[in-house]
Amino acid sequence: MDDKDRTLLSLLEEDCTTPVHDLAIMLECTDDEILSRKKSLEDAGIIGRYSAVINWEAFESGVVFAIIELKVAPEREWGYDRIAERIARFSNVRSLRLKTGSHDLQLLVTGKSMQEIARFVSEQIAPMDRIRETATHLIMKTYKENGVLYVEREEGKRLPFSF
Amino acid sequence: MRDFISERAKAIPPSGIRRFFDLAGQMEDVISLGVGEPDYTTPWHICEAAITSIEQGHTSYTSNTGLVTLRKELAAFLDRRYQIQYDPLSEMIVTTGVSEALDIAIRAVINPGDEALVVDPIYVSYGPCVTLAGGKPVLMPCLEKDHFRLTPDVLMEHITPKSKVLILNFPNNPSGAVMREEDIKGIADVVIDHDLLILSDEVYAELTYEGKHCAVASIDGLWDRTVTLSGFSKAFAMTGWRLGYFCAPKEITAAALKIHQYIMLSAPTMAQYGAIEALRHGEEPMEHMVREYHMRRNLFVDGLNRIGLPCHLPEGAFYAFPSVKQTGLTDQEFAERLITEAGVAVVPGSVFGTAGEGHVRCAYAVSRNDLSEAITRMGEFLQNL
Repeated sequence: MDDKDRTLLSLLEEDCTTPVHDLAIMLECTDDEILSRKKSLEDAGIIGRYSAVINWEAFESGVVFAIIELKVAPEREWGYDRIAERIARFSNVRSLRLKTGSHDLQLLVTGKSMQEIARFVSEQIAPMDRIRETATHLIMKTYKENGVLYVEREEGKRLPFSF
Repeated sequence: MRDFISERAKAIPPSGIRRFFDLAGQMEDVISLGVGEPDYTTPWHICEAAITSIEQGHTSYTSNTGLVTLRKELAAFLDRRYQIQYDPLSEMIVTTGVSEALDIAIRAVINPGDEALVVDPIYVSYGPCVTLAGGKPVLMPCLEKDHFRLTPDVLMEHITPKSKVLILNFPNNPSGAVMREEDIKGIADVVIDHDLLILSDEVYAELTYEGKHCAVASIDGLWDRTVTLSGFSKAFAMTGWRLGYFCAPKEITAAALKIHQYIMLSAPTMAQYGAIEALRHGEEPMEHMVREYHMRRNLFVDGLNRIGLPCHLPEGAFYAFPSVKQTGLTDQEFAERLITEAGVAVVPGSVFGTAGEGHVRCAYAVSRNDLSEAITRMGEFLQNL
């Protein structure tokens, strides 16, 4: 890992559709070097996958996002890992983190309705052995996601010419 | 009625881009590479600091020389990055943009009839400021074969007994040229032998891509005959804040300060608070923007050469300065046809001096998507010529 890898990662994070040749010119190296760097980063699990940042709220109404916080009793030897891995397998769990604070695990969950999320929490998550408490927060509006601003605002305009 | 307009005002030329401004205004879907400022908005933490300063009621004048805290931060910044040392209390003035710093510097040292040696091509205001001060600008062509740098020979050729001041601007607007340490050392002896004072506008210093920027005042023997001028506009994306600075030995600073007191009083207060934040915590976001310009430069210059507009690799600023001579058009004709036929706005090089003839200035401070679209349009335009 070097500075070039770091720059390559930020460029891909910003736009993973940037042509390899453009990346090579920007980073002052060959196309082959870019391809082999990408491959190493993929193999090392540093690049997870290449996906789009989508504003689902703008695409359709009726998608519900919720943050669910869990208090968990850790297991001897395993800590939080085993229960977290179980929860992570649910396909509607978009992200899952262990954090400090009043709760231990934090999930971002999607569903088609509030009822669907309520059912998920009460029927799937809460009954699990080690779950001591749940707190569900519905997301009302997203302002920024993965570094992308979702709020429209008027940008300052530059003059078409200036010295 | 009498003719009220002064001879001095008559002696300076009107802006050379008015016509293009009008053309661009009439057209839709123009990609403008004619803008001499960053496409970034000011990093938000800087804006927040300025907003907070207003909320806290910091809305009155500051001292003429600017907030002491700001000058101290600036002194540390210049020492840290460029190894030049200025006393924040007696050798620095915070100004309303580099434009004002340049004006007070020229007025502080030019007597009527004095000659100011000015590199050509160069940003448009230097010559007129010298004229307004009663001096005579003497343009020294910096040619493409010399990578648009000033050579000792060219400097020697233009020196007369009246020469007093040498005005430099590297990294250069419009050519993107950089004077490396050895290049400045090369002209230092000539400067010292002829007892010249250097006014060095280094506003693009942070935007240097090959190696490190070399401050003129950091070269042995030049500190006490150099006025360093710079500002926040380019590196910190703060053009609209109008904040620059003037650094020079005590006596010159004291002379310039008198002019600054009468014409400006002090630089905008809220902008100064923003600038303190920029210097304290803004270097990382700034480096991020610099890396981005660097990559855009590579993409854009590669594109220009690919479509047949030969372009030397500019080592600083955010301008590419390709030659259009092989098209058979003058730079004015080229720029005018490019905007009307292809919807890409560039600035004719001759606007920046006779040495800029046959070139156009393309600012690559636009998004990468716009840059590649501009290259496509320019390529098609060239094929249809």
